[in-house]
Amino acid sequence: MFTPLLQVENLEVNYGVIRALKGVSFEVGTGEVVALIGANGAGKTTILHTVTGLLPAKSGSIVYDGHDLLKTPAHKIVSMGMAHVPEGRRIFGALTVYENIILGAYTRRDKKEIEESIELVYTHFPRLKERTKQIAGTLSGGEQQMLAMGRALMSKPKIILMDEPSMGLSPLYVSEIFSIIEEISKSGTTVLLVEQNAKKALSIADRAYVLETGTVVLSGDADDLMHNDSVRRAYLGE
Amino acid sequence: MKIKFNRKMIGSVIAAIAIYAVIAILILTGILPRSMQSLVVKISYYVVLALSLNLIVGFLGDLSLGHAAFYAVGAYAGCAFALYSGLPLIPNFIISLLIGGISAAIIGFLISCAILKLRGDYLAIVTLAFGEFIRSIVKIIPGLGGTKGLTGVPSFDRFEGFTFGYAVVIIVIIILCNFTNSRHGRTITAIRDNAIAAESVGINIKRYKVLVFTVSSFMAGMAGVLFGFYKTSVEPADFTYNVSIEVLVMVVLGGMGSLKGSVIAAIIIVALPELLREAAAYRMLIYAIALITMMMLNSSPKFAALKAKALDRLYSVRESITAVFKRAK
Repeated sequence: MFTPLLQVENLEVNYGVIRALKGVSFEVGTGEVVALIGANGAGKTTILHTVTGLLPAKSGSIVYDGHDLLKTPAHKIVSMGMAHVPEGRRIFGALTVYENIILGAYTRRDKKEIEESIELVYTHFPRLKERTKQIAGTLSGGEQQMLAMGRALMSKPKIILMDEPSMGLSPLYVSEIFSIIEEISKSGTTVLLVEQNAKKALSIADRAYVLETGTVVLSGDADDLMHNDSVRRAYLGE
Repeated sequence: MKIKFNRKMIGSVIAAIAIYAVIAILILTGILPRSMQSLVVKISYYVVLALSLNLIVGFLGDLSLGHAAFYAVGAYAGCAFALYSGLPLIPNFIISLLIGGISAAIIGFLISCAILKLRGDYLAIVTLAFGEFIRSIVKIIPGLGGTKGLTGVPSFDRFEGFTFGYAVVIIVIIILCNFTNSRHGRTITAIRDNAIAAESVGINIKRYKVLVFTVSSFMAGMAGVLFGFYKTSVEPADFTYNVSIEVLVMVVLGGMGSLKGSVIAAIIIVALPELLREAAAYRMLIYAIALITMMMLNSSPKFAALKAKALDRLYSVRESITAVFKRAK
């Protein structure tokens, strides 16, 4: 029996008079990697921001682990085990790498457990360990993305939401980031991935949803979508 | 690490006492001319204003143009109490100081709740409006003297004024140093750096905004009470938006998020027009040129390197002083 950890139903979101989401439904099961793919303006980031409480919804429902997220303020969602890696490497540029990582554990109190999480982050991202005292704003783009991901892991999430992790990175870094996402998934964390790089996203995802201008147009197993003709034409450039 | 910190603290304490002693002697012996004596008091409340605004603008990163509002509330509340209570001077001042601070903090709390959803230019405009709004409200509240304001507030002599002003400045600096170096301080810096990322790690941005505005208003309110006791009267014309802008200039000039900078900039900006009094007609011109020069120097990397060198030398002097002090002990 498939029990979703996160279930979104008929979600509608407006920006002023513009309808950004026109009734989107999807679900993410425990332990899955689910990808939302689509072009610019399809509503991918809007979905993530609505799920994490940064944007209000017009109608629909978001249920996570038995909680109604539409009634939960953004800062409380983290302590429920949902971490968000925002688009565009949103790190704290004036703070050091270490301070950034520590802030990720903002909702946690147990010092010993936090230490363990830091070690875990360093095993996923050895590069960060080499640079603990560096000011985060001086890291390269790929390292900043790693830092944002490491910081999100510090809240010990059950599910991690990633917004365009490959954006603006060199191909080398993209591969590295995606293999780390796979690692994170294997260690038991559920992943919801929003990506424009459909090929990469489908290669590591279990299931995927294809979005176009605010609606889900296709969904299914990632492998099937990878071989779907219209997906290949529209998103894989073949 | 810890020992070094303590040594630094001893150095700071010695410096604070030394500065106090020197100025106190200068005032008591009358070496400092009268105009300069009152200037010392004026500097103290401007330093408090600049420090408190720096918390909002420099650390939290919100542009507030209505700092005069909190200053006014503190001045009026504290001075009204001082006028009507009839207590002896010193307890009267201390209670007024607290009343001024708390009243301003309450208003700061309410205003910050009202502007939680605003950012950037919009926040600036609304705080500006609040500043003028408070000034108009004060005019029509019975018992506060309308446009003439409150007169006959008990007054200090110059030495007392300096002592209490200095004490308030030191207290504010201690509070702010601890606050900005704490977990709360880092959280506020994180919000300024990146609000979305801050929210994504579970920081309650709204709570911190309200906290910062409340703490900052409390301090601005105390500055208002100092001002009232110094001038022995308060009137709505003392709290125009010019004051807010002047304090903002101090914060920007001293460097956003630099407590030391705010103190130095406040001293310079208050003292400069007074020192230039001799040049009468050209006073404002020289003042303006000095401001522009300081701004340009502050943003020049070469000057920053020079400054760092000078500071290093200063630190080594302080280190050797504390070393001497330690040996004596």
